[in-house]
Amino acid sequence: MNSFGVVLLPTASAAMRAAKVLGSASVRCTLIPTPRELSKDCGLALRFDWAQAERVRALLLGAGVQNAELHCL
Amino acid sequence: MIYLDNAATSWPKPPEVVQSMTDFLRHAGGNPGRSGHRLSIEAARVMYDVRESIAELLGAPDPLRIVFTQNVTHAINTALLGILRPGDRVVTTSIEHNAVMRPLRALEKEGIRVTVVPCAPDGSLDPADMEAAVAAGARLVVINHASNVTGTLLPVPEVARIAHRAGALLLVDAAQTAGVVPIDVESSGIDLLAFTGHKGLYGPPGIGGLIIGDRVDVREMEPLLRGGTGSNSEREEQPGDLPDKFESGTPNGPGIAGLGAGIRFVLNQGLDAIRAHEVGLTRMLIEGLSEVPGVHTYGPSDPWRRTAVMSFTVRGRHVSEIGMRLEEEVGILCRVGLHCAPAMHRTLGTFPEGTVRLAPGIFTTAGDIEVALSGIKRVVRG
Repeated sequence: MNSFGVVLLPTASAAMRAAKVLGSASVRCTLIPTPRELSKDCGLALRFDWAQAERVRALLLGAGVQNAELHCL
Repeated sequence: MIYLDNAATSWPKPPEVVQSMTDFLRHAGGNPGRSGHRLSIEAARVMYDVRESIAELLGAPDPLRIVFTQNVTHAINTALLGILRPGDRVVTTSIEHNAVMRPLRALEKEGIRVTVVPCAPDGSLDPADMEAAVAAGARLVVINHASNVTGTLLPVPEVARIAHRAGALLLVDAAQTAGVVPIDVESSGIDLLAFTGHKGLYGPPGIGGLIIGDRVDVREMEPLLRGGTGSNSEREEQPGDLPDKFESGTPNGPGIAGLGAGIRFVLNQGLDAIRAHEVGLTRMLIEGLSEVPGVHTYGPSDPWRRTAVMSFTVRGRHVSEIGMRLEEEVGILCRVGLHCAPAMHRTLGTFPEGTVRLAPGIFTTAGDIEVALSGIKRVVRG
Protein backbone atom coordinates (compact mmCIF):
# COMPACT_ATOMS: atom_id res chain seq x y z
CA MET A 1 0.00 0.00 0.00
CA ASN A 2 1.22 3.52 -0.76
CA SER A 3 2.20 5.73 2.12
CA PHE A 4 -0.34 8.21 3.37
CA GLY A 5 -0.45 11.07 5.79
CA VAL A 6 -2.24 11.23 9.12
CA VAL A 7 -3.13 14.36 11.10
CA LEU A 8 -3.37 13.76 14.84
CA LEU A 9 -5.42 16.25 16.82
CA PRO A 10 -6.08 16.57 20.54
CA THR A 11 -9.88 16.18 20.38
CA ALA A 12 -12.59 14.84 18.09
CA SER A 13 -13.93 18.40 17.85
CA ALA A 14 -10.55 19.60 16.60
CA ALA A 15 -10.52 16.75 14.07
CA MET A 16 -13.92 17.90 12.79
CA ARG A 17 -12.71 21.44 12.49
CA ALA A 18 -9.59 20.33 10.62
CA ALA A 19 -11.69 18.18 8.26
CA LYS A 20 -13.85 21.22 7.47
CA VAL A 21 -10.81 23.41 6.84
CA LEU A 22 -9.25 20.88 4.46
CA GLY A 23 -12.57 20.06 2.79
CA SER A 24 -13.32 23.71 2.07
CA ALA A 25 -9.89 23.96 0.41
CA SER A 26 -10.72 20.87 -1.71
CA VAL A 27 -8.03 18.75 -0.05
CA ARG A 28 -9.27 15.17 0.03
CA CYS A 29 -9.19 13.71 3.52
CA THR A 30 -10.97 10.99 5.49
CA LEU A 31 -11.77 10.73 9.18
CA ILE A 32 -10.33 7.47 10.54
CA PRO A 33 -9.79 5.88 13.96
CA THR A 34 -6.44 7.06 15.30
CA PRO A 35 -3.79 4.54 14.10
CA ARG A 36 -2.52 2.61 17.11
CA GLU A 37 1.10 2.95 16.02
CA LEU A 38 0.79 6.72 16.43
CA SER A 39 -1.23 7.01 19.60
CA LYS A 40 -3.08 4.95 22.18
CA ASP A 41 -5.85 7.52 21.86
CA CYS A 42 -9.29 6.12 21.03
CA GLY A 43 -10.31 9.21 19.07
CA LEU A 44 -10.37 10.32 15.48
CA ALA A 45 -7.61 11.28 13.06
CA LEU A 46 -7.49 12.57 9.48
CA ARG A 47 -6.02 10.57 6.62
CA PHE A 48 -4.75 12.43 3.55
CA ASP A 49 -2.39 12.09 0.60
CA TRP A 50 1.13 12.67 1.98
CA ALA A 51 2.05 14.51 -1.20
CA GLN A 52 -0.23 17.29 0.12
CA ALA A 53 1.55 17.49 3.48
CA GLU A 54 2.94 21.01 3.14
CA ARG A 55 -0.42 22.34 1.93
CA VAL A 56 -2.25 20.58 4.76
CA ARG A 57 0.18 22.00 7.31
CA ALA A 58 -0.22 25.52 5.92
CA LEU A 59 -4.01 25.34 5.76
CA LEU A 60 -4.34 24.11 9.34
CA LEU A 61 -1.90 26.73 10.63
CA GLY A 62 -3.69 29.44 8.66
CA ALA A 63 -7.05 28.43 10.14
CA GLY A 64 -5.71 28.46 13.69
CA VAL A 65 -6.05 24.71 14.21
CA GLN A 66 -3.67 24.16 17.10
CA ASN A 67 -1.56 21.16 18.10
CA ALA A 68 -1.99 19.31 14.80
CA GLU A 69 0.67 16.64 14.30
CA LEU A 70 1.38 15.36 10.77
CA HIS A 71 2.72 11.81 10.34
CA CYS A 72 3.60 9.73 7.28
CA LEU A 73 2.57 6.05 7.39
CA MET B 1 -54.88 26.93 25.42
CA ILE B 2 -52.55 29.93 25.43
CA TYR B 3 -49.01 29.07 26.48
CA LEU B 4 -47.42 32.02 28.28
CA ASP B 5 -44.64 30.23 30.14
CA ASN B 6 -41.79 30.58 27.64
CA ALA B 7 -39.48 31.98 30.33
CA ALA B 8 -39.63 28.55 32.00
CA THR B 9 -39.29 26.62 28.75
CA SER B 10 -40.36 27.46 25.22
CA TRP B 11 -43.31 25.61 23.74
CA PRO B 12 -44.15 24.44 21.18
CA LYS B 13 -40.86 23.45 19.61
CA PRO B 14 -40.36 23.94 15.86
CA PRO B 15 -41.07 20.66 14.00
CA GLU B 16 -37.51 20.57 12.67
CA VAL B 17 -36.21 20.32 16.25
CA VAL B 18 -38.18 17.13 16.82
CA GLN B 19 -37.14 15.82 13.39
CA SER B 20 -33.44 16.48 13.98
CA MET B 21 -33.52 14.52 17.25
CA THR B 22 -35.18 11.56 15.56
CA ASP B 23 -32.67 11.77 12.69
CA PHE B 24 -29.76 11.78 15.13
CA LEU B 25 -30.95 8.62 16.84
CA ARG B 26 -31.62 6.91 13.52
CA HIS B 27 -28.62 8.00 11.47
CA ALA B 28 -25.93 9.33 13.80
CA GLY B 29 -26.36 7.15 16.84
CA GLY B 30 -22.67 6.49 17.53
CA ASN B 31 -20.70 7.78 20.49
CA PRO B 32 -18.86 10.89 19.23
CA GLY B 33 -15.09 10.84 19.47
CA ARG B 34 -14.95 7.36 20.95
CA SER B 35 -14.99 5.12 17.91
CA GLY B 36 -13.88 5.66 14.34
CA HIS B 37 -16.84 4.14 12.52
CA ARG B 38 -19.29 6.11 10.44
CA LEU B 39 -22.00 6.48 13.10
CA SER B 40 -19.48 7.81 15.61
CA ILE B 41 -18.02 10.19 13.03
CA GLU B 42 -21.48 11.42 12.05
CA ALA B 43 -22.33 12.07 15.70
CA ALA B 44 -19.10 14.04 16.12
CA ARG B 45 -19.87 15.99 12.94
CA VAL B 46 -23.35 16.94 14.20
CA MET B 47 -21.87 18.11 17.51
CA TYR B 48 -19.20 20.18 15.81
CA ASP B 49 -21.70 21.78 13.42
CA VAL B 50 -23.82 22.82 16.40
CA ARG B 51 -20.76 24.39 18.05
CA GLU B 52 -20.30 26.46 14.88
CA SER B 53 -23.98 27.49 14.89
CA ILE B 54 -23.70 28.62 18.51
CA ALA B 55 -20.56 30.58 17.66
CA GLU B 56 -22.39 32.26 14.75
CA LEU B 57 -25.47 33.19 16.77
CA LEU B 58 -23.71 34.35 19.93
CA GLY B 59 -20.57 35.89 18.47
CA ALA B 60 -18.13 33.40 19.97
CA PRO B 61 -14.78 33.49 18.18
CA ASP B 62 -13.75 29.86 18.73
CA PRO B 63 -16.21 26.91 18.45
CA LEU B 64 -13.78 24.73 20.40
CA ARG B 65 -14.19 26.99 23.44
CA ILE B 66 -17.90 26.17 23.59
CA VAL B 67 -18.59 23.46 26.18
CA PHE B 68 -21.85 21.53 26.16
CA THR B 69 -23.56 21.17 29.53
CA GLN B 70 -26.88 19.78 30.78
CA ASN B 71 -28.41 23.26 31.15
CA VAL B 72 -27.53 26.80 32.15
CA THR B 73 -27.30 25.88 35.85
CA HIS B 74 -24.64 23.30 35.02
CA ALA B 75 -22.81 25.89 32.91
CA ILE B 76 -22.90 28.49 35.70
CA ASN B 77 -21.66 25.94 38.24
CA THR B 78 -18.88 24.92 35.86
CA ALA B 79 -17.72 28.53 35.71
CA LEU B 80 -18.14 29.46 39.38
CA LEU B 81 -16.71 26.29 40.92
CA GLY B 82 -14.02 26.08 38.24
CA ILE B 83 -12.65 29.58 38.72
CA LEU B 84 -13.27 30.77 42.28
CA ARG B 85 -10.89 29.84 45.09
CA PRO B 86 -10.92 30.63 48.84
CA GLY B 87 -9.96 34.26 49.36
CA ASP B 88 -11.38 35.37 46.00
CA ARG B 89 -14.07 38.01 45.82
CA VAL B 90 -17.07 37.71 43.49
CA VAL B 91 -19.51 40.53 42.76
CA THR B 92 -23.06 39.93 41.59
CA THR B 93 -26.43 41.71 41.57
CA SER B 94 -29.71 41.54 43.43
CA ILE B 95 -31.66 40.26 40.41
CA GLU B 96 -29.96 36.88 40.13
CA HIS B 97 -31.62 33.49 39.79
CA ASN B 98 -30.83 30.76 42.31
CA ALA B 99 -28.71 29.12 39.59
CA VAL B 100 -26.18 31.80 40.56
CA MET B 101 -27.08 32.51 44.19
CA ARG B 102 -27.09 28.94 45.49
CA PRO B 103 -23.59 28.03 44.28
CA LEU B 104 -22.35 31.43 45.48
CA ARG B 105 -23.83 30.95 48.96
CA ALA B 106 -22.18 27.51 49.11
CA LEU B 107 -18.84 28.97 47.98
CA GLU B 108 -19.17 31.67 50.62
CA LYS B 109 -18.89 28.95 53.27
CA GLU B 110 -15.56 27.92 51.70
CA GLY B 111 -14.02 31.38 52.12
CA ILE B 112 -15.11 33.14 48.93
CA ARG B 113 -16.34 36.67 49.57
CA VAL B 114 -19.66 37.49 47.88
CA THR B 115 -20.82 41.07 47.28
CA VAL B 116 -24.35 41.68 46.00
CA VAL B 117 -24.92 45.03 44.26
CA PRO B 118 -28.50 46.24 44.86
CA CYS B 119 -30.61 46.99 41.79
CA ALA B 120 -33.51 49.46 41.50
CA PRO B 121 -37.09 48.30 42.16
CA ASP B 122 -37.61 47.74 38.41
CA GLY B 123 -34.53 45.51 38.36
CA SER B 124 -32.24 47.95 36.59
CA LEU B 125 -28.60 48.33 37.57
CA ASP B 126 -26.78 51.62 38.03
CA PRO B 127 -23.29 50.96 36.60
CA ALA B 128 -21.83 53.37 39.17
CA ASP B 129 -22.94 50.96 41.91
CA MET B 130 -21.16 48.11 40.14
CA GLU B 131 -18.05 50.25 39.72
CA ALA B 132 -18.01 51.05 43.43
CA ALA B 133 -18.47 47.38 44.34
CA VAL B 134 -15.54 46.14 42.24
CA ALA B 135 -13.24 48.99 43.25
CA ALA B 136 -11.90 46.88 46.11
CA GLY B 137 -10.93 44.20 43.57
CA ALA B 138 -12.70 41.06 42.42
CA ARG B 139 -11.85 37.82 40.67
CA LEU B 140 -15.22 37.55 38.96
CA VAL B 141 -18.35 39.59 38.23
CA VAL B 142 -21.54 37.58 37.61
CA ILE B 143 -24.65 39.19 36.15
CA ASN B 144 -27.98 38.10 34.81
CA HIS B 145 -28.38 39.39 31.26
CA ALA B 146 -32.12 39.63 31.87
CA SER B 147 -34.23 38.90 34.93
CA ASN B 148 -36.48 35.87 34.65
CA VAL B 149 -39.07 37.72 36.74
CA THR B 150 -39.36 41.10 34.97
CA GLY B 151 -37.21 40.69 31.87
CA THR B 152 -35.12 43.70 32.91
CA LEU B 153 -31.95 43.82 30.79
CA LEU B 154 -28.63 44.67 32.40
CA PRO B 155 -25.97 46.70 30.53
CA VAL B 156 -23.53 43.90 29.69
CA PRO B 157 -20.87 45.82 27.69
CA GLU B 158 -20.69 48.55 30.35
CA VAL B 159 -20.36 46.00 33.16
CA ALA B 160 -17.68 44.18 31.14
CA ARG B 161 -15.62 47.38 30.91
CA ILE B 162 -16.05 47.97 34.64
CA ALA B 163 -15.08 44.38 35.49
CA HIS B 164 -12.03 44.41 33.24
CA ARG B 165 -10.81 47.75 34.63
CA ALA B 166 -10.87 46.10 38.06
CA GLY B 167 -9.03 43.04 36.77
CA ALA B 168 -12.09 40.79 37.04
CA LEU B 169 -13.61 38.37 34.55
CA LEU B 170 -17.28 38.68 33.57
CA LEU B 171 -19.69 35.73 33.64
CA VAL B 172 -23.10 36.38 32.05
CA ASP B 173 -26.19 34.26 32.73
CA ALA B 174 -27.97 34.33 29.37
CA ALA B 175 -30.75 31.89 30.30
CA GLN B 176 -33.43 34.42 29.30
CA THR B 177 -31.67 36.14 26.41
CA ALA B 178 -29.91 33.64 24.13
CA GLY B 179 -32.01 33.57 20.96
CA VAL B 180 -34.11 36.49 22.16
CA VAL B 181 -31.76 39.48 22.34
CA PRO B 182 -28.71 39.99 20.10
CA ILE B 183 -25.56 38.80 21.90
CA ASP B 184 -21.98 39.16 20.73
CA VAL B 185 -19.65 37.53 23.22
CA GLU B 186 -16.48 38.93 21.68
CA SER B 187 -17.44 42.56 21.08
CA SER B 188 -19.38 42.81 24.37
CA GLY B 189 -16.34 41.77 26.40
CA ILE B 190 -18.06 38.72 27.89
CA ASP B 191 -15.51 36.26 29.30
CA LEU B 192 -17.94 33.44 30.11
CA LEU B 193 -21.48 33.09 28.77
CA ALA B 194 -23.78 30.45 30.22
CA PHE B 195 -26.84 29.57 28.15
CA THR B 196 -29.59 26.99 28.00
CA GLY B 197 -30.97 25.29 24.92
CA HIS B 198 -34.63 24.91 25.82
CA LYS B 199 -35.82 28.50 26.10
CA GLY B 200 -35.11 31.15 23.43
CA LEU B 201 -33.04 28.71 21.37
CA TYR B 202 -36.10 26.43 20.98
CA GLY B 203 -34.15 23.22 21.61
CA PRO B 204 -35.13 20.41 23.98
CA PRO B 205 -34.53 20.36 27.75
CA GLY B 206 -31.30 18.77 28.95
CA ILE B 207 -28.82 20.72 26.86
CA GLY B 208 -27.00 23.98 27.48
CA GLY B 209 -23.52 25.34 27.23
CA LEU B 210 -20.72 27.56 28.44
CA ILE B 211 -18.76 29.81 26.08
CA ILE B 212 -15.26 30.44 27.42
CA GLY B 213 -13.49 33.56 26.16
CA ASP B 214 -9.78 33.80 25.58
CA ARG B 215 -9.15 35.95 28.67
CA VAL B 216 -10.00 32.89 30.79
CA ASP B 217 -6.93 30.77 31.53
CA VAL B 218 -8.47 27.30 31.27
CA ARG B 219 -5.33 25.72 32.74
CA GLU B 220 -6.37 27.32 36.04
CA MET B 221 -10.02 26.29 35.71
CA GLU B 222 -11.01 23.01 37.35
CA PRO B 223 -13.70 20.82 35.73
CA LEU B 224 -16.81 19.84 37.70
CA LEU B 225 -16.59 16.28 36.39
CA ARG B 226 -13.71 14.11 35.27
CA GLY B 227 -13.89 11.00 33.14
CA GLY B 228 -13.78 9.56 29.65
CA THR B 229 -13.56 12.01 26.78
CA GLY B 230 -12.38 9.80 23.91
CA SER B 231 -9.12 11.76 23.86
CA ASN B 232 -5.76 11.15 25.57
CA SER B 233 -7.08 7.76 26.64
CA GLU B 234 -3.63 6.50 27.60
CA ARG B 235 -3.58 8.91 30.54
CA GLU B 236 -5.51 8.62 33.79
CA GLU B 237 -5.45 12.38 34.27
CA GLN B 238 -8.06 14.69 32.77
CA PRO B 239 -6.98 16.18 29.41
CA GLY B 240 -6.48 19.94 29.28
CA ASP B 241 -7.72 20.51 25.74
CA LEU B 242 -11.04 22.22 25.09
CA PRO B 243 -13.81 21.30 24.89
CA ASP B 244 -12.92 17.85 26.27
CA LYS B 245 -11.63 19.11 29.62
CA PHE B 246 -15.20 20.06 30.58
CA GLU B 247 -17.14 17.40 28.64
CA SER B 248 -16.53 14.09 30.39
CA GLY B 249 -18.92 11.24 29.66
CA THR B 250 -21.14 10.51 26.70
CA PRO B 251 -22.79 13.74 25.54
CA ASN B 252 -26.50 14.31 24.97
CA GLY B 253 -26.32 13.77 21.20
CA PRO B 254 -30.06 14.01 20.43
CA GLY B 255 -30.29 17.10 22.63
CA ILE B 256 -27.38 18.73 20.82
CA ALA B 257 -28.93 17.89 17.44
CA GLY B 258 -32.23 19.43 18.61
CA LEU B 259 -30.40 22.50 19.87
CA GLY B 260 -28.73 22.87 16.48
CA ALA B 261 -32.09 22.78 14.73
CA GLY B 262 -33.47 25.32 17.22
CA ILE B 263 -30.58 27.69 16.54
CA ARG B 264 -31.07 27.35 12.79
CA PHE B 265 -34.76 28.16 13.36
CA VAL B 266 -33.74 31.32 15.24
CA LEU B 267 -31.23 32.29 12.54
CA ASN B 268 -33.83 31.73 9.81
CA GLN B 269 -36.48 33.76 11.64
CA GLY B 270 -33.92 36.49 12.27
CA LEU B 271 -33.09 37.75 15.75
CA ASP B 272 -34.28 41.27 14.92
CA ALA B 273 -37.66 39.94 13.77
CA ILE B 274 -38.01 37.77 16.89
CA ARG B 275 -37.10 40.70 19.10
CA ALA B 276 -39.52 43.06 17.36
CA HIS B 277 -42.35 40.51 17.64
CA GLU B 278 -41.75 39.95 21.35
CA VAL B 279 -41.36 43.66 22.10
CA GLY B 280 -44.73 44.24 20.41
CA LEU B 281 -46.38 41.59 22.60
CA THR B 282 -44.71 42.98 25.72
CA ARG B 283 -45.96 46.47 24.89
CA MET B 284 -49.49 45.08 24.60
CA LEU B 285 -49.14 43.48 28.03
CA ILE B 286 -47.70 46.62 29.65
CA GLU B 287 -50.44 48.85 28.24
CA GLY B 288 -53.26 46.34 28.71
CA LEU B 289 -52.45 45.45 32.30
CA SER B 290 -52.03 49.14 33.25
CA GLU B 291 -55.76 49.59 32.51
CA VAL B 292 -56.89 46.86 34.94
CA PRO B 293 -57.83 48.26 38.37
CA GLY B 294 -55.96 46.61 41.23
CA VAL B 295 -53.18 45.21 39.02
CA HIS B 296 -49.60 46.20 39.72
CA THR B 297 -46.95 45.42 37.08
CA TYR B 298 -43.19 45.16 37.56
CA GLY B 299 -40.17 45.96 35.44
CA PRO B 300 -39.29 48.78 33.01
CA SER B 301 -42.15 50.52 31.22
CA ASP B 302 -40.11 50.59 27.97
CA PRO B 303 -40.45 47.13 26.34
CA TRP B 304 -37.07 47.55 24.61
CA ARG B 305 -35.39 47.57 28.05
CA ARG B 306 -36.70 44.09 28.87
CA THR B 307 -37.39 40.67 27.44
CA ALA B 308 -40.93 39.36 26.91
CA VAL B 309 -41.53 38.60 30.58
CA MET B 310 -44.29 40.38 32.48
CA SER B 311 -44.86 39.99 36.21
CA PHE B 312 -47.92 41.34 37.98
CA THR B 313 -49.79 41.10 41.25
CA VAL B 314 -53.43 41.84 42.10
CA ARG B 315 -54.23 43.84 45.22
CA GLY B 316 -55.71 41.64 47.94
CA ARG B 317 -55.43 38.39 45.95
CA HIS B 318 -52.99 35.49 46.11
CA VAL B 319 -50.97 34.87 42.95
CA SER B 320 -51.72 31.15 43.20
CA GLU B 321 -55.47 31.84 42.95
CA ILE B 322 -54.95 34.10 39.92
CA GLY B 323 -52.74 31.54 38.17
CA MET B 324 -55.16 28.68 38.80
CA ARG B 325 -58.17 30.65 37.55
CA LEU B 326 -56.29 31.87 34.47
CA GLU B 327 -55.74 28.26 33.47
CA GLU B 328 -59.19 26.96 34.43
CA GLU B 329 -61.28 29.87 33.12
CA VAL B 330 -59.19 31.35 30.30
CA GLY B 331 -56.82 28.54 29.30
CA ILE B 332 -53.69 30.56 30.04
CA LEU B 333 -50.66 28.55 31.14
CA CYS B 334 -48.31 30.74 33.16
CA ARG B 335 -46.14 30.55 36.27
CA VAL B 336 -46.78 32.05 39.69
CA GLY B 337 -44.62 32.36 42.81
CA LEU B 338 -40.94 33.17 43.26
CA HIS B 339 -39.59 31.77 39.96
CA CYS B 340 -36.46 30.41 41.72
CA ALA B 341 -35.35 34.02 42.17
CA PRO B 342 -35.92 35.12 45.79
CA ALA B 343 -33.26 37.82 45.44
CA MET B 344 -35.17 39.46 42.60
CA HIS B 345 -38.46 39.29 44.49
CA ARG B 346 -36.82 40.99 47.48
CA THR B 347 -35.64 43.69 45.07
CA LEU B 348 -39.16 44.11 43.69
CA GLY B 349 -40.78 44.00 47.14
CA THR B 350 -42.80 40.90 46.20
CA PHE B 351 -41.09 38.41 48.54
CA PRO B 352 -42.36 35.90 49.73
CA GLU B 353 -45.71 35.95 47.86
CA GLY B 354 -44.18 36.33 44.39
CA THR B 355 -45.93 37.36 41.20
CA VAL B 356 -47.96 36.03 38.29
CA ARG B 357 -45.61 35.81 35.32
CA LEU B 358 -46.68 35.93 31.67
CA ALA B 359 -43.98 35.05 29.14
CA PRO B 360 -44.95 35.02 25.45
CA GLY B 361 -42.69 33.62 22.76
CA ILE B 362 -42.24 33.52 19.01
CA PHE B 363 -45.38 31.42 18.52
CA THR B 364 -47.58 33.73 20.63
CA THR B 365 -49.84 35.99 18.55
CA ALA B 366 -51.29 39.43 19.23
CA GLY B 367 -54.67 37.69 19.28
CA ASP B 368 -53.46 35.43 22.10
CA ILE B 369 -52.46 38.49 24.13
CA GLU B 370 -55.85 40.13 23.50
CA VAL B 371 -57.63 37.00 24.74
CA ALA B 372 -55.27 36.84 27.74
CA LEU B 373 -55.85 40.47 28.68
CA SER B 374 -59.60 40.19 28.50
CA GLY B 375 -59.44 36.97 30.55
CA ILE B 376 -57.23 38.62 33.17
CA LYS B 377 -59.73 41.48 33.47
CA ARG B 378 -62.54 38.98 34.13
CA VAL B 379 -60.55 37.02 36.71
CA VAL B 380 -59.40 40.18 38.51
CA ARG B 381 -62.95 41.56 38.69
CA GLY B 382 -64.27 38.67 40.71
